Amino acid sequence: MSRFTQYLIILTICAGLLLPWYRIEDGFWAFQWLGLGLFNHEDFASLLFQIAFFEKPWLLMVLLPICAALVQLQFFSGNSRSIAHYQIVCGLCGLLIIILQSFLVGDFGVNFVFAESLLSEDAFQVGLGLGAVVFIFIYLLLIAHGMALRGFMKGDVFAVSCLIVIIFLVAVFVFFPVFKILVRAFWSLETGYSLSIFMERFASHNIWGQACFAENGICGVAWSTVFLAIMTGLSTTILGLAFALIVTRTGFRFKGALRIFSVLPMITPPFVVGMALILLVGSSGVVTQMINTVFDVELGGWIYGFWGLWLAQTLSYTPIAFLVLIGVVEGVSPSMEEASQTLGANSWKTFTSVTLPLMRPGLANAFLLGFVESMADLGNALVLGGDYQVLSAQIFYSVAGASADEGKAASLAITLLIFTLSAFFVQKKWVGNKKYTTVTGKGDGGIYGQLPKPIKWASYYSAIPWAIFTAVVYGMIVLGGFVETWGINNTLTFSHYIDAFKIEFINNNVVATGIAWDSFFITMLLALIAMPLTSCMGLLTGYLLSRVDFPGKSYFEFSTMLSFAIPGIVIGVSYIVAFNQAPIDLTFTAIILVLCFVFRNMSVSVRSGIASLSQLDPGLDEASVTLGSQGFRTIRKVILPLIKPAVTASMVYSFIRSITSISAVIFLVSADYNLASAYIIGLVEQNQFGVSIAYSTFLIVVMGLTVLLMQYLIGNRAVFLRNKNK
Amino acid sequence: MSNNSAVIFRNVSKHFNDSIAVNKINFEVKSGQLVTLLGPSGCGKTTTLRMVAGLELPTEGQIIIGDEDVSTVYAAGRSVGMVFQSYALFPHMTVIQNICFGLSDKSKDKEETLDKAHKALQTVGLKNLDNRYPSELSGGQQQRVAIARSIVTNPKVLLFDEPLSNLDAKLRRQVREDIRDLQKELGVTSIYVTHDQEEALAISDEIIVMKDGEINQKGSPKSLYQFPENPFVAQFIGEANKVPGILRKVSSDQFHGVAFMVGEHTAFTYKKQKSKEEIDKNSHAFIRPNAITFLPEASTEKNSFTSKILSAVYMGSFVEYRISAPWGGELFMIDYSFNPVSKVGSHVHACIDARGVSVVQ
Repeated sequence: MSRFTQYLIILTICAGLLLPWYRIEDGFWAFQWLGLGLFNHEDFASLLFQIAFFEKPWLLMVLLPICAALVQLQFFSGNSRSIAHYQIVCGLCGLLIIILQSFLVGDFGVNFVFAESLLSEDAFQVGLGLGAVVFIFIYLLLIAHGMALRGFMKGDVFAVSCLIVIIFLVAVFVFFPVFKILVRAFWSLETGYSLSIFMERFASHNIWGQACFAENGICGVAWSTVFLAIMTGLSTTILGLAFALIVTRTGFRFKGALRIFSVLPMITPPFVVGMALILLVGSSGVVTQMINTVFDVELGGWIYGFWGLWLAQTLSYTPIAFLVLIGVVEGVSPSMEEASQTLGANSWKTFTSVTLPLMRPGLANAFLLGFVESMADLGNALVLGGDYQVLSAQIFYSVAGASADEGKAASLAITLLIFTLSAFFVQKKWVGNKKYTTVTGKGDGGIYGQLPKPIKWASYYSAIPWAIFTAVVYGMIVLGGFVETWGINNTLTFSHYIDAFKIEFINNNVVATGIAWDSFFITMLLALIAMPLTSCMGLLTGYLLSRVDFPGKSYFEFSTMLSFAIPGIVIGVSYIVAFNQAPIDLTFTAIILVLCFVFRNMSVSVRSGIASLSQLDPGLDEASVTLGSQGFRTIRKVILPLIKPAVTASMVYSFIRSITSISAVIFLVSADYNLASAYIIGLVEQNQFGVSIAYSTFLIVVMGLTVLLMQYLIGNRAVFLRNKNK
Repeated sequence: MSNNSAVIFRNVSKHFNDSIAVNKINFEVKSGQLVTLLGPSGCGKTTTLRMVAGLELPTEGQIIIGDEDVSTVYAAGRSVGMVFQSYALFPHMTVIQNICFGLSDKSKDKEETLDKAHKALQTVGLKNLDNRYPSELSGGQQQRVAIARSIVTNPKVLLFDEPLSNLDAKLRRQVREDIRDLQKELGVTSIYVTHDQEEALAISDEIIVMKDGEINQKGSPKSLYQFPENPFVAQFIGEANKVPGILRKVSSDQFHGVAFMVGEHTAFTYKKQKSKEEIDKNSHAFIRPNAITFLPEASTEKNSFTSKILSAVYMGSFVEYRISAPWGGELFMIDYSFNPVSKVGSHVHACIDARGVSVVQ
């Protein structure tokens, strides 16, 4: 008996007999199902006993393909091509049966009319459980094994299995929810599915109205969102360029400080900048009060609306543009500029006719990034939005507001998705192909020329005040946590920190009674669980993309990158629409949060995996293979040790992004599983500014320490790299 | 282990999407021989080597190593060792770890593994470097470690993918000889890929010349150089002046043989007709640059002519000339004598040694 057959049998027995087929209502980890319940309790029973005792005859179908496959594996041998086909067919059948049966019968009975005559009237089933998941996995393995036998991906079973499993997961947890939300926009309780209801929602005056172009009316939310996104894209790109030029092209002394600045947005929860701005220039902010008393004018609440949002987003996303543009500016080879200068061009002409045009694709890229970030930003929009409507906040209010309307949310989400996907396409198809800059990393000698004076001073006068402003804003955040009631009672106090993080001794036990602890621990726990999963998925995907050749690779790459282009709020809405009923019922669980983290942050790991693998000689893998190592051993022994820094980096990024994410998870949190970011937004809405700021500061410090730890870990490279550049 | 480790290709093709990298090639590498795949870049030689290794599988055809048909077996399942162009030493492992990598699964006895590794290191002439990392070794040492790593598993076939291309010119000659000695000592069937004809001539039992995914000619280094079957091989292996003309039978009182005519001019004559040369057909003569020599004075000797120096480049151990050909055009020649360099524009006498000429249709 081959090892593969043995594995299949073991898995089948486990899944069929020992694991509950359906989801466990009261939590899988309570392990209530473990025991006799597996046989005689309807909620806990495994596949075989569901069929035998609980009137779920259709589940028998699930078992047929695996039995067929096992019989063939054990008793028949023939030419490998026909065996392979047989296995693929068995696997596909099994998968299809599980999917079809789970849509056929739902929570409230049979979903389709034609099946009503076949099945008993009271047939119903809840969401799939671990047993079903394992069965799906078995069938995916069977397909992968068959394909490898056919010679797909050079017969590497491990690689094919990874590919199949990743495709399946991306399909279920990225495409299926988005598809669901598309469908949801066409549906209403009164009319059912119809095109007209979609047109009515989508073409609504509220979204696309153009009144503001004509008279003093208000434009649709789509236009105001786009306008804000364009403004943010422009301002972040210009400021980011100024910073990048200062760091790379001038003798500015405090470059180190500017580098710190680039880490800030990574560790800042997205709404914190908005809160700090309120402390600074809100109606009772420091600056506002000062101006009010000195000049005797009422500034009022101008910060709540377009200007505040623009300011907050520019503050938040300039560092991202800066990071992108450093690479772009450094990518312009100095020899180009030297060539220009030897041809008699002065520094102004060199900059405007050589340097700047060479950077154009990079600038476009930075702009698009700012554009997409602004569109997807929910945190600032909730805190500062005021009367200025943007899509992300509108989606939030149409789900969470008094008149919850999922259909409206769905059509708004589609609108938002259209914009961000267009930006993504433009970036991929147009900007992505127009790189003039050298990316080899090979310096070709030469020294960067001097910046022309006007550009240099423009950079200094825009970037340095902005950096100081940013520092003040972050200072506000720290200070805000220690002030009783900002603007009204400015006495210093620790009470907010005590409220949030009190630890008491009760009956000789240490009990964390602060209000923040619950959500903090849950956040840490879930982020830690998601961390290895994300980087594992991401790096494996990166490995497949950069090392293995297979048909349809570009589509695969595109689909894994797509999750990056989908705004968090859209993911959030689509998850609650898609995963709140059988077959996948994950509402109020921790799993849905972890899944959301994994598929939101995966693309970062994919990128870092591809980047570090592309620097690794493919000969290394091939050497390992010719020395007799199969796919998995090669990855474990050769590739993994060599890309350790990328592994660490992707783990830390996924951890931090999990903690700071708000838009994707705000609908997914529940009383049992509340996350820090969602909890803080809740505090803001209850006007508990002090505590929320204290909590945010705490999070920033925690994540800052994590980043430092990461840099320490990556800095300690292994010995073998010590004279790499000999 | 069976002693038969011949490699046989039967009608092997490899397609990548729409392009054909290798097209229906047939060859056999006899047990214990070193065969070179030679050709310009993109000719399919590396693809052929990778098919022997099992890093690529043939689209069609049969590959046999020893007595086993391995057409559908991937690299990990074949007993081949490969030395990569970049050496592909694992940078995170020491020399000894690199060498043991291919062993550790096969034998559980650690002592035995180490023993084998040390033996392999000894074979390639490396000592006391066990715990160094590849980055701490010189290029030549890395090369040796790579070879040791590939022979330690006792493979049936040893494959070399342009192993000398990362070494500097002086080291190349030495490593080349070392590889040849080692291969003879181990008696392992070897396939060697290079685009450098000099390297191929120096190292091989047999050379397979490839072009556009097909085998152009195969044979011993000597036969390829002396009897190229087509213009490509004639020009690719060694340099040659390409002269179009017609081969005619000549028989007079003193001479029976053939003459190569370029228009009205008799370029050269020779007595015995070589095989495969066809009379009265348009063909090309390939004149090796060292087949042309200067004569001290005008001579009526066969194949001699007067000429003018067009350019002269002094290269130390020899002088390269371009001289005018009697039928128009020019000839490239190399003078190994110690005579003073002739001035450009001066008139000289030269003759063609027919032994350094091949005529190809």
